[in-house]
Amino acid sequence: MPLDVDAVVVSNTHLTRDYNVLALAAAAVASQTQPGQFVMVKPGGGDDPLLRRPFSVFEVLRDDARQVTGLSLLNKRVGVTTRMLFALKPGDRVRCLGPLGRPFSVTEPPERAWMVAGGVGLAPFATLAAALRERDTETTLFYGGRSANDLFHLDEFRQLGVRLELATDDGSRGEHGNVTVPLARALGDADRAAPLRVYACGPTPMMRAVTQLAAAHGRTTEVSLEQVMGCGLGGCYSCVVPVRRDGGPAHLVRSCLDGPVFDGSTVVWEQLVS
Amino acid sequence: MNVDLSVDIGGLRLRNPFIAASGCFGYGVEYADLVDLSTLGAVAVKGLFLEEREGHPPTRIVETPSGMLNAIGLQGIGVRRFVAEKLPLLRAQGAVVIVNICGSTIDEYAEVARILDDADGVGAVEVNISCPNIKKGGMMFGCSLQGTHDVVAAVRRVTRRPVVPKLTPNVTDVASFAAAARDAGADAVSLVNTFLAMAIDVETRRPKLSNVVGGLSGPAIRPIAVRMVYECRQAVDLPIIGMGGIMTAGDALEFIIAGATAVQVGTANFVDPFIWNKLLTGLTDYVQRHGLAHVSDLVGTLDTTDRTTAWTSS
Ligand SMILES: Cc1cc2nc3c(=O)[nH]c(=O)nc-3n(C[C@H](O)[C@H](O)[C@H](O)COP(=O)(O)O)c2cc1C
Repeated sequence: MPLDVDAVVVSNTHLTRDYNVLALAAAAVASQTQPGQFVMVKPGGGDDPLLRRPFSVFEVLRDDARQVTGLSLLNKRVGVTTRMLFALKPGDRVRCLGPLGRPFSVTEPPERAWMVAGGVGLAPFATLAAALRERDTETTLFYGGRSANDLFHLDEFRQLGVRLELATDDGSRGEHGNVTVPLARALGDADRAAPLRVYACGPTPMMRAVTQLAAAHGRTTEVSLEQVMGCGLGGCYSCVVPVRRDGGPAHLVRSCLDGPVFDGSTVVWEQLVS
Repeated sequence: MNVDLSVDIGGLRLRNPFIAASGCFGYGVEYADLVDLSTLGAVAVKGLFLEEREGHPPTRIVETPSGMLNAIGLQGIGVRRFVAEKLPLLRAQGAVVIVNICGSTIDEYAEVARILDDADGVGAVEVNISCPNIKKGGMMFGCSLQGTHDVVAAVRRVTRRPVVPKLTPNVTDVASFAAAARDAGADAVSLVNTFLAMAIDVETRRPKLSNVVGGLSGPAIRPIAVRMVYECRQAVDLPIIGMGGIMTAGDALEFIIAGATAVQVGTANFVDPFIWNKLLTGLTDYVQRHGLAHVSDLVGTLDTTDRTTAWTSS
């Protein structure tokens, strides 16, 4: 059951000039959250900005006794709301409604998990990695960013036993170029008989490329789409994505209810606007 | 003290004046886990044509100062699927259902209304002659007095339910449209639908909406909507359902005092899906504080003593 909490900001960690991690005391939301689900967030109570914004739950936070204490968001400063979220101080409050949406399916051994993230598309993968770890699923993160400074949380993923394959646009860390480069190589090298599930989140062209690459190697991809949303609850029909199922015609379905996680092979990428 | 929040809209009794606005509450069933639908005055469901519709491609909404533009294009499952799949669930929840009906032609409006007349659990039909972002139908009828009259009369002929035309604010004299609706047999009117508007990305010089133009809703439109409800109240003796940017019980009271018997809440539900209890509490407090027994005693009680309006529409 989604809840709306007036969550206190516990900490706001600035990672770069544009990225921050905001920790919120929203235990009641966090304790229900499954990997890939999102929350609708609004800093401040005023009418401008008016609407909430959707955010993937980045981490489910726990205390030393493993009790859930809240959740964190990975934020990139781009618009009005994200600028406000960047500037928040501990003790400030944020309205946080969730958890919402269909989660990732968390695969189990012998299937392996390959998570592919571009930029702020890293957001849903910290909770997914934790859930995969609980199932002892062998997990790799393919992670691309603009430069070395834009790759975050690497130690935390390593501590979860995640193998890292990095790529940067400027070549300052890992592979020089797109994250699809190391992914393509790994797909080619992988034992075809060994089961493998791909997860992707990031810019639309990247998710499309990942889905197609994976399909060419007989692998399915779960993508987490980031659409503009009005309500997050199925009320407004603004977050629709074109989906084709069972070979039928494409239909616009609500990302907040049917997604944000979709089987990448059902998304009609050439019609997807984001 | 017990207060009576119930109101009457053309024969339809509502527990309280708060109605979820069409297009802002899905088919109602989406919210059944969060909100006890039987505690709302009514649920106005997403606009329905005869057939299923895909609507416009995204981008379908964009935020603007204290408001938002939408051009959804009336995506929907069609009236028959609504009756078969959604209406029974709404009835089971104890919701009072207002069905927002659309048409590309007058015959289509009438056919949709006729199908609903045969269905159980339809409280009223709200005739959407005011959608600003579709090619055929919608505002095309609502911007002409003759079109308004003809659609309302056609729906009136085929249904026993209260007929509530929903008026567009995109006209010079909204009160004359309320009068046209009354003359065609409407039991009430609802207003306002959204204001035709647009927003531009100056870097790319592209419209922000795929449909180029869309409808403005939210707090930004509230003062204009209140004025329009007031004008309609002066001109016609029909119950009015007022809306436009209601975020709080105080906002709703503005509409009620201006002349609305009930109100709809749309955009605010996106911001806060748990708004309904807060609205009810706020309204109850007000009615008690003012020593009233019935909220209906407040309708149209604006006191204009010593004030003169230099400009009136009609
Ligand atoms: C996303 C969205 C979809 C809407 N869809 C409909 C609709 O299907 N039929 C209709 O009559 N009005 C529709 N409206 C208009 C609302 O019902 C209401 O008249 C308007 O938004 C003003 O109220 P508000 O400011 O409280 O939202 C829609 C509004 C929005 C924001």
